[in-house]
Amino acid sequence: MRVRSAVVVLGAALALAVTGTLWAAGPLNVITTTEDLAAIAREVGGDKVKVESLSRGYQDPHFVEAKPSFVLKLNKADLLIAVGRELEIGWLPPLVTQSRNSKIQLGGDGYLDASLTARILEVPTGQITRAMGDVHPLGNPHYWLDPENGKRIAKEIEAKLSALDRANAAYFAQREEDFEKRLSAAEKGWQATMAPYKGTKVVTYHRSWPNFAERFGLEVIGYVEPRPGIPPSPSHTFDVIQEMKRQNVKIILVEPYFDLKTPNSIGRETGAKVLEMPPSVGGEKEVTDYFKLFDYDVKLLVDAIKQTRSS
Amino acid sequence: MPPGAAGAGGPSGPLPVYGNVGASKVFNPDIAVIGDFLGAIGKNDSERATPSLELHEAETSFQAIVDPYARADFFLTFSNDEVGVEEGFVTFTSLPGNFLVKVGKMRASFGKVNQMHNHVMPWTDRPIVTDNLVGGEDGIDDAGISLSRLFPNELLFLEATAEVYRGESNIFRAPERGDLTWVGRLRGYRDLTESTNLDFGGSFAQGHNDVAGPGFKTRLFGADIAFRYRPLRRAIYRRLILRTELMWSRKELEAGPVKAFGAYVSGEYQFAQRWFAGVRLDRSDRADDAALVDKGASVLLTYWPSEFSQIRGQYRHTRYAEDIKANELLFQVQFSIGAHGAHTF
Repeated sequence: MRVRSAVVVLGAALALAVTGTLWAAGPLNVITTTEDLAAIAREVGGDKVKVESLSRGYQDPHFVEAKPSFVLKLNKADLLIAVGRELEIGWLPPLVTQSRNSKIQLGGDGYLDASLTARILEVPTGQITRAMGDVHPLGNPHYWLDPENGKRIAKEIEAKLSALDRANAAYFAQREEDFEKRLSAAEKGWQATMAPYKGTKVVTYHRSWPNFAERFGLEVIGYVEPRPGIPPSPSHTFDVIQEMKRQNVKIILVEPYFDLKTPNSIGRETGAKVLEMPPSVGGEKEVTDYFKLFDYDVKLLVDAIKQTRSS
Repeated sequence: MPPGAAGAGGPSGPLPVYGNVGASKVFNPDIAVIGDFLGAIGKNDSERATPSLELHEAETSFQAIVDPYARADFFLTFSNDEVGVEEGFVTFTSLPGNFLVKVGKMRASFGKVNQMHNHVMPWTDRPIVTDNLVGGEDGIDDAGISLSRLFPNELLFLEATAEVYRGESNIFRAPERGDLTWVGRLRGYRDLTESTNLDFGGSFAQGHNDVAGPGFKTRLFGADIAFRYRPLRRAIYRRLILRTELMWSRKELEAGPVKAFGAYVSGEYQFAQRWFAGVRLDRSDRADDAALVDKGASVLLTYWPSEFSQIRGQYRHTRYAEDIKANELLFQVQFSIGAHGAHTF
């Protein structure tokens, strides 16, 4: 009886296995962890890919919930593109394990860590401990905020898409080249807009902006968070206010998923302007692609700097 | 001059820094230790009273990818001078047909609480229904094989799991090799909006129970449902989880079968980045005598200094079946070092 029931279970399992593996042809199904990667994948993949991001741009990418509905999306993915550098360590690994998709497992042909050739800043040297807060041992994962890294990500994606879909390799190569050209032209514009304000000092909530600051000549002199992932404390806030007054800092950048209470009170004390600046595509309604992300952020910054200088 | 002293030759200069790992260490698994310190104040004359202060458990985890086809997870627990393998299993991640197979010792997929490690629970204790009907803290935790399949569809996440165990857990005891424990679970999940979702399941377990002699079985049914709210823009500040689990037990004793029922209802609300408030109501018959009913109510407050430590207080009122009343303040400090893999939702 027991042996028979075991046979029935196994038989049913096999029957399901056979019916479950019906392959769907058509465009490559690409799932990205963030909307920034999705935007770049769309630029490169064009109409030969179907791209969807798991997280939204107004969401803290460190703290995405590993919802079972994401398992369904990953189950059908031909390619998973992750930011890497342990940004998604808290939620992506169990989703990939449960996805029942051998292609996108770590090391699989359909898994791409977009950070491999990017310029990564703030890689810790020497001993690191959690006394430093939620540090990223592999460097700052917010590297997509430099358009030069956007080009590197696009190249990685192009190589991967071409490997998965050789018939369209030329198409991907042509689109990647075109994206790079347009991005270079746009970057010149952003650089020119920002040039008069090179060296402007800012305070940011989280360490999301080192690559952006490096590219566009901002100087980040402090953070609202005492340490990454640790909420603001009164003593640290006091120190930040003193330092901002001493260095005459008039801009505070806050990612859209953080509470504005502390930044606003720092702003009141120092006369600095608090900017809700999206670090990702989708962070604001009008930021619908990778170009608009920089269009939006650069305009927001420049307008604010002008205002603080004239007042 | 002793070897190693300055001027004695040999290696000098600073110690090698962390991160300068040799090739052999690259393949070491992620290792973490989680301490679970518990305390209790107040009166409890029942036999379930917990100690005033204890390091209830030190959970050590070792997790890594085995090869292109599998990953392995070990959770060793040290508690009150006992060492145990809470879980140690391999997961085959690259099977066809949307299957996932786990082989080893593991917490069975019966309901929600039975699958949870101590450190992920929203309380300092386990619900009374777990103690009365599902084997308490260790629960159905046994050596076996788990086969689960995903049924992809547009409407909802649907997963069916079938498991077979040796029959060596707190409630299932196999006197003979063939007296296996069977566990089945069907789980559904659906996003209602981007911030809210519904998670529900039905579970079944059957095996030989702890009564000596052949033919004494226990059969368990469970139903669970959870509603979650977490706004994406404020995910680190706000969340609400409402959950209930209902369980029915049918246990065969020498005097005949006993049918027992138990349930809990709980809610947890995060009201600031580091603060959570919770409540739980308990009621459960006892598996051996359904006329004995235990009831309880708890309120909780949890504080997170960081993601890696947690301080919790729980005021618990319990009315045990023997007409013993207990009012207790339970408190807990949990702390984690190392790299502990993320848990499933």
